[in-house]
Amino acid sequence: MSYSTTVDHEEHHDHPSGMLRWLTTTNHKDIGTMYLTFSLIMFMVGGAMIMAVRAELFQPGLQLMHPEFYNQLIGVHALVMIFAALMPAATGFANWMLPLQIGAPDMALPRLNNWGFWLLPPAAILLTLPFTLALFGIGDGAIATGWTFYAPLSVQGGIGVDFAIFAVHLLGISSVMGSINIIVTIFNMRAPGMTLMKLPLFAWGWLITAFLLIATIPVLAGAVTMLLTDRHFGTHFFDAAGGGDPILFQHLFWFFGHPEVYILLLPVWGFIPQILSTFARKPIYGYKAQVYSLCAIGVLSVVVWAHHFFTAGMPVPALLYFMYSTMAISLPLAVLFYCWIATIWRGSMTFETPMLFAIGWIILFGIGGLTGLVLADVAADAQYHHTYFVVAHFHYTLFAGGIMGIMAGVYYWLPKMTGHMYNEKLGKLHFWLTAISFNLTFIPQFFLGLAGMPRRIPDYALQFSEFNMISSIAAFTLGLTQLLFVYNIVSCVRGGKKATDKVWEGSNGLEWTLPSPPPYHTFNEQPVIR
Amino acid sequence: MARLRITRIWQCLLGALLPLTAHADYAWNFPKPVTPMALDTLQVHNKFMIIVMVIFVVVLGIMIYSIVMHRKSRDYQPAGFTGPSTRSQLFWTLVPFAILLYIDFILMGIPAFHSVVAMEDTRTDADMVIKVTGSQWRWQYEYLDGPAKGISFVSNMTTPQEQINNQAAKNPEYLLEVDNPLVLPTDKKVRVLLTSSDVIHNWWIPAFGAARDAIPGFLRETWVKIEEPGTFRGQCKELCGKGHGFMPAVVIAKNEQDFNAWATSKKAELQAAAAGADKEWTKEDLIANGKGIYDKNCAVCHQVGGQGLPPAFPALTGSKIATGPILDKDNKMVKDGHLDRVMNGKGVMPAWKGILNDTEIASVITYERNALGNSVGDMLQPAQVKAMR
Repeated sequence: MSYSTTVDHEEHHDHPSGMLRWLTTTNHKDIGTMYLTFSLIMFMVGGAMIMAVRAELFQPGLQLMHPEFYNQLIGVHALVMIFAALMPAATGFANWMLPLQIGAPDMALPRLNNWGFWLLPPAAILLTLPFTLALFGIGDGAIATGWTFYAPLSVQGGIGVDFAIFAVHLLGISSVMGSINIIVTIFNMRAPGMTLMKLPLFAWGWLITAFLLIATIPVLAGAVTMLLTDRHFGTHFFDAAGGGDPILFQHLFWFFGHPEVYILLLPVWGFIPQILSTFARKPIYGYKAQVYSLCAIGVLSVVVWAHHFFTAGMPVPALLYFMYSTMAISLPLAVLFYCWIATIWRGSMTFETPMLFAIGWIILFGIGGLTGLVLADVAADAQYHHTYFVVAHFHYTLFAGGIMGIMAGVYYWLPKMTGHMYNEKLGKLHFWLTAISFNLTFIPQFFLGLAGMPRRIPDYALQFSEFNMISSIAAFTLGLTQLLFVYNIVSCVRGGKKATDKVWEGSNGLEWTLPSPPPYHTFNEQPVIR
Repeated sequence: MARLRITRIWQCLLGALLPLTAHADYAWNFPKPVTPMALDTLQVHNKFMIIVMVIFVVVLGIMIYSIVMHRKSRDYQPAGFTGPSTRSQLFWTLVPFAILLYIDFILMGIPAFHSVVAMEDTRTDADMVIKVTGSQWRWQYEYLDGPAKGISFVSNMTTPQEQINNQAAKNPEYLLEVDNPLVLPTDKKVRVLLTSSDVIHNWWIPAFGAARDAIPGFLRETWVKIEEPGTFRGQCKELCGKGHGFMPAVVIAKNEQDFNAWATSKKAELQAAAAGADKEWTKEDLIANGKGIYDKNCAVCHQVGGQGLPPAFPALTGSKIATGPILDKDNKMVKDGHLDRVMNGKGVMPAWKGILNDTEIASVITYERNALGNSVGDMLQPAQVKAMR
């Protein structure tokens, strides 16, 4: 592929400065920056919550908090990390990089874009406000049902559940608007010559994510609305006494919840091959196979949801169907792993921070994937289900596979976005500390689960003490390490060595043809791709 | 010098770690299986773990080789391939997927099929049926047939609050001990029916390999066939509110003879307790009896001193309901009165009429009205409770 690019340095349109600039901006780079900043802040908030949880679990007995407060922390931790840290980070990258990668001047629907972002802070406030209200004697704190809202526990819960329902509505609306924007942008704003099969993989990953969001968010919104009417308006969707069924809620929730896992991961699967290719100085292996695999995973992800509640009881044919369809996901995923490894095979690798994160990501996400394959087995799942084995498994997919992937992306694009190089030594230190303490946190949890420790308990039997102590110490290290990440980002934004336009020796793609940082408006004339 | 210092550091580190390993009780796998299903689960798990570990090690080995060899610092020149280019390359590309297909649907898929069918077959050759009801935060057991038919009791955790609050040394069976364990015969296939009276719970004994949700308004089922006598401990594993971590399930397995003997004596014990309902009690006896019942069942939410945890769990001290009338002038139960609330529950408050017997309900109500800072002065006879059922 060769690009002919015209970079415009023409004078900017006037835009307001100060706070008003950020409130009213319709510029994709400004909005992307806001998404990423919001995500980083909420990542630290959600992390602080789980530090308190790990402190409570440091020893058997209740030391720091009541069980009610413990239940609130674990549920809000998950909601914050999923909806307010991981999803906005991916959307932030999409805003910043999609137009640059496909040669578009901006996102297709800039005002929608602004609105989509500004729904997030109120949603985050709604989610966490009940904690504060409880201090003033209003209500009994935040949602305490875990992030899954299972009825009838959530029907029984306090005002925290109502706050969380409205927060989910706002977050859902924001995600759907973001998705519409991304689909329209990718379909209509590509530079001339950029056919769909020349689209960067990041755009492909996001395109499928966007369709998944539009397909599943309304189901979640419907489910929590039914919950709301069960709570306050006398309906009985989830109450057997009124002809309803509590398991209906689980079906509706996981019809959204399982694709959600892929919603979080697909954008990462998109840009990781770009990072691997950059630092291996070798083109992406199996581009077409990856595109088809991403599509196949997108389709499969909406037909496997019931494997999240095998122990709720289902007819044998249903158990078998959900077991085998879940196992089938391993096939397209294996194609992706194959392509990622083949991309670095016989390359000429260097190991800057983004590459370290990308390689560590393949290995750790691999552990998440393989344990997922084992979890698909219905009989063994009776033992794994709702134990720490599952907790460890989904942190390998969502922390290693999600957040560490996002970190790879941050280090990869930060010099492009800010125009400065970050501190490489600090970045590498951040990687090694994160990777080691992450494993020390979650490997003991696999064994805790096998030994029989249920998840979501504030206190545990004595036989679980040692592993919990190791896990807690490692978790504190993991948490503190992230301060390095924040420090490195902040100092990179404020200054540092000038980054070149290409930034990395092996970088390849439209965004690397622009200056670092790119001007406020880019590609006013679309580049032509031959 | 520096070396000496390093040795010292190591000695210190080892010294710090030794006490940890000395009384460490590390478990690396499922507990010892005592039912056919648990054995099957363990074997399936071990087999799958070996398979995925082999996959992991092979792939990691390939990656490490590439990371070591194919690096710029070794002046390795990058290749330019973007996919398989010859027929034989294409063939070798497809081999890993053929292997994975074989692992997924033959090597793992076929044993998994048989396990699922065995796990779900609760009825064939079942020797007896029991019903397990979860409620916040205790288990209730009922024997529906066999020598123990008609026995029904509630099983509460007995770990004292002082141990949980670190004010007393913890028992070895901390959080995994109950007052009335479920007793089952060995070598009998027991069909376990599960339901719940409030939210979803999950009855789980790891050594049995059986875990099934208890869902309000529905029956779910599983089965166990315990192959050796002993005591087996598990916990609720579906988040069910603030007492979720304090809801153990304990099963004692006895051989058939011992089980029958237990059934006979338990029946006699329950009959004696039911007979208590017909005698006239004094207020003092009811209050004394009620304290134990209150502390075990009610103090979790309403607290030992009756101050509650408002707003979710209201105080009983000075409460309108606990100090208001119980029966109206026609001797009918006052709606939303003290007895009505205890027997039928409302919202988060469970309905106790299925859990406590007449004497227990009368005692706990009398206790609540004349202790916890209340001094209404009246009392409720077990016979009056019996009449309201």
